[in-house]
Amino acid sequence: MSPSVPLQEMIRAIRSARTQCEERGVIQRECATIRAQFRQADNEGRSHNLAKLLYVHMLGYPAHFGQMECVRMIASPRYSEKRVGYLGAMMLLDEKQDASLLITNSIKNDLANSNQYVQSLALCTLACMGSAEMCRDLAPEINRLLRASNSYIKKKAALCAVHIVRKVQDLGELFAPSARCLLTEKNHGVLHGAVVLITELCECNPESLELVLIRWCQCLVISGYSPDHDVAGISDPFLQVRILRLLRILGHNNEAASDAMNDLLAQVATNTDSTKTVGNAVLYETVLTVLDIKSESGLRVLAVNILGRFLLNNDRNIRYIAMISLQKIVGTDHNAVQRHRGTIVDCLKDQDASVKRRALELSLALVSASNIRSMMKELLSFLSSCPPELRSQTASGIFIAAERYAPSQRWHIDTILHVLTTAGGDVRDETVPNLIQLITNTSELHCYTVHKLYRALHNDISQQPLVQVACWCIGEYGDLLLRGECQEMEPVQVTEDDVLDVLEAVLQSHMSSPSTRGFALTATMKLSTRITENVDRIRSIVSIYGSCIDVELQQRAVEYNALFKKYDHMRYSTEWLGQRFLVFVCSTFVVQSAGLSPPICGFPQVCDLLDLLGGSEPPLQSSPALGSTAPLPVGTAGTAGGDLLDLLGGLEPTAIMTVLLSVFSVAPTVSVYDKDGVTVTLSCEKQSDSGLSITLTASNSTDSDIRGFTLQAAVPKVCISSSFSFQVNLKMRLRISYTSQGSAVQDTVQVDSFPGLGH
Amino acid sequence: MRFLLLFSRQGKLRLQKWFTPLTDREKKKVIRDMMMLVLARPARSCNFLQWRDLKIVYKRWYASLYFCAGLEDHDNELLALEVLHRYVELLDKYFGNVCELDIIFNFEKAYFILDEFLMEGEILETSKVAVGVSLEEADTLQEGEAKEAWRPLSAGAC
Repeated sequence: MSPSVPLQEMIRAIRSARTQCEERGVIQRECATIRAQFRQADNEGRSHNLAKLLYVHMLGYPAHFGQMECVRMIASPRYSEKRVGYLGAMMLLDEKQDASLLITNSIKNDLANSNQYVQSLALCTLACMGSAEMCRDLAPEINRLLRASNSYIKKKAALCAVHIVRKVQDLGELFAPSARCLLTEKNHGVLHGAVVLITELCECNPESLELVLIRWCQCLVISGYSPDHDVAGISDPFLQVRILRLLRILGHNNEAASDAMNDLLAQVATNTDSTKTVGNAVLYETVLTVLDIKSESGLRVLAVNILGRFLLNNDRNIRYIAMISLQKIVGTDHNAVQRHRGTIVDCLKDQDASVKRRALELSLALVSASNIRSMMKELLSFLSSCPPELRSQTASGIFIAAERYAPSQRWHIDTILHVLTTAGGDVRDETVPNLIQLITNTSELHCYTVHKLYRALHNDISQQPLVQVACWCIGEYGDLLLRGECQEMEPVQVTEDDVLDVLEAVLQSHMSSPSTRGFALTATMKLSTRITENVDRIRSIVSIYGSCIDVELQQRAVEYNALFKKYDHMRYSTEWLGQRFLVFVCSTFVVQSAGLSPPICGFPQVCDLLDLLGGSEPPLQSSPALGSTAPLPVGTAGTAGGDLLDLLGGLEPTAIMTVLLSVFSVAPTVSVYDKDGVTVTLSCEKQSDSGLSITLTASNSTDSDIRGFTLQAAVPKVCISSSFSFQVNLKMRLRISYTSQGSAVQDTVQVDSFPGLGH
Repeated sequence: MRFLLLFSRQGKLRLQKWFTPLTDREKKKVIRDMMMLVLARPARSCNFLQWRDLKIVYKRWYASLYFCAGLEDHDNELLALEVLHRYVELLDKYFGNVCELDIIFNFEKAYFILDEFLMEGEILETSKVAVGVSLEEADTLQEGEAKEAWRPLSAGAC
């Protein structure tokens, strides 16, 4: 076909424009000419003009004034004009434009044209931009063409019918009988179209499945070598893949159908040549089908082995799709996938970003209790070299895996520290409170942890989460640090000045965020009770921040200063020193519904504290405030700090001491619930320097069994990790529910007084 | 298949075929995103990537022309590579040793070829020969018409 000279000249002119401005100028001139010529009634070069406009449109310039011209051209009797007109309709019109309805009539006429190429233009355009209305209008025409025309038109009509069914599902019934007739054709193009149509019909309406189809598929796949359709030795792979996909739909959730296709799938899986991409494409589709239907186990094993072979293939694409497929079955066929763990982990080291991402997801899914140590080694080394967009995902994956399968506490803490040092900037916010809670709970490792964190902080103060945790730890366990000895690490001499130097560096560094500074300031303050010589230095650090620009820090500093002045005399009373302040990690008492994220130690939610004093209800369910993964900003401690001081104001120092001392004695048991023979008693015990254990014992003294006994306990979140927190009214609500003698009982009890806690 | 795009290394669009209805704005966004993602990939990378809920398959031919297809979840990526390959072969056969310039100056023919090979995001004809034959016949029809309707061009017509 000879090229359109005017079109090519215009293209040349546009391409020779040197700047964007020049190009716009050329295009504006051309468009003006085209517009003028559209207005002329008859015109020799109509198709050239429209073609030019379409080129301009492809460059991104507006071309909507050409829509009506398309409509006119489509109605023209000349094939060349129709061809360009229909192309224009496909490019410029879509179902949302009003002009598209205008061509419905032309399409209808052209569908009945004697020339198959005109018919094909109409079919193509309808399939491309036919709206639901147009589809409904023209569906009977298409159905007619499906039955009574030549192969060329039949195959196009088949795909046009697919479009109609996708747009208007109800019309599927209309095409079902014609579709089945098409299956007897010999022409591959028609067959392909028929398979697509039937697949579409089956997806909408599963009742039209028949076993007969499967036997037919069998014949087709095994039969004939047709040189026209051959691709690298595989006979018509496009058709094979389509048939396999249809089989997938037929066999899904259908035992009988799956059995019938077993042999066929096995044959394709073993006989297809896998040296070229084409063969692998067919194998891939076979594997997908086997895994999706109710196949027998032998066939499944075969499929997974094929995927295993894919994993070892040199071609990255094949490795990539192998991993995608394995990801889909890692839940159901976990052991089978575990066998290939080594190769998958190796793929973490691949250069390609897509492959790395897949390998990461799959590796995380394969972590289990037995391989946690080796997997974690690999994951941590991956974290240090992985692309930035994957770091956050890797870090959270590591945390979750560590949480689930940690072989020891120390390993767990080490792993988290490693992640914080390597990728501290990419971890989520709740990591900090989670880690703090973990450290608090592992009391035997306090010494080790604080030493390790001090060292990490000494090396690098830029990773905010790490710095925050380290500051908190130093504040809390600074005395262990200064003592210098530690069983699990080599001892290092740390002086009080060193510690204060580090904290001051954090406070002054421009890399520290406001919340980090808050941590550092509080830690500095806490140390004032743990160290003996440099209290003045601390006082001066704190008072500097009394005039800090940041309001949070300023408020804290001022309040801490006040504490220095008013309560200095308490500092040296022997009962204070060496006591660790109670850390009620009350979130462990909080109701956890299944599937909640691990309990977080929310930061001094002093508002709750005050609510508690005011007698408001502690939440019983895992309300968002408790169960959310976003921690409360540390700043809340500062804002309500003033109220804490009010607390102090009302109490005599000696009273406080008595109260605190009594906390640490062993308390008697008290009964909190006694009804119908079911009793719950409560006793408190000092568990360690920093923890209090409350034991609830339930007993049944009736004759009958009690079923489904659940006990839920909740306290308001009072996680007191900043110092100078004093005795508060601890309240607890218990909800007891059980079934006895067929009837369900549910009761709620509030416990206001704890034996030994006074008040 | 949801869409098929051809664009050059410099970010110029050479062909766009959409198999689902999208507004102009959405189309432009997709084109921008595709160019950004694909042109940033190093050589010898994997030909597949994930974008929103679609699988993207791309391949580079003729030194500077990228063929990029957006697939739905149930589509076979390896087969999509074969589809792109087949389209390139068809272009090659039609133009005879095709290069990017051919596709620029004869873009409407590139569309006609595509329309004989794919429809509604699915393959229409699996035989190379058959596609070639129908294109030839359609062109002959067009030429025949042109010869019949020949008359001296009036001044002022393009």
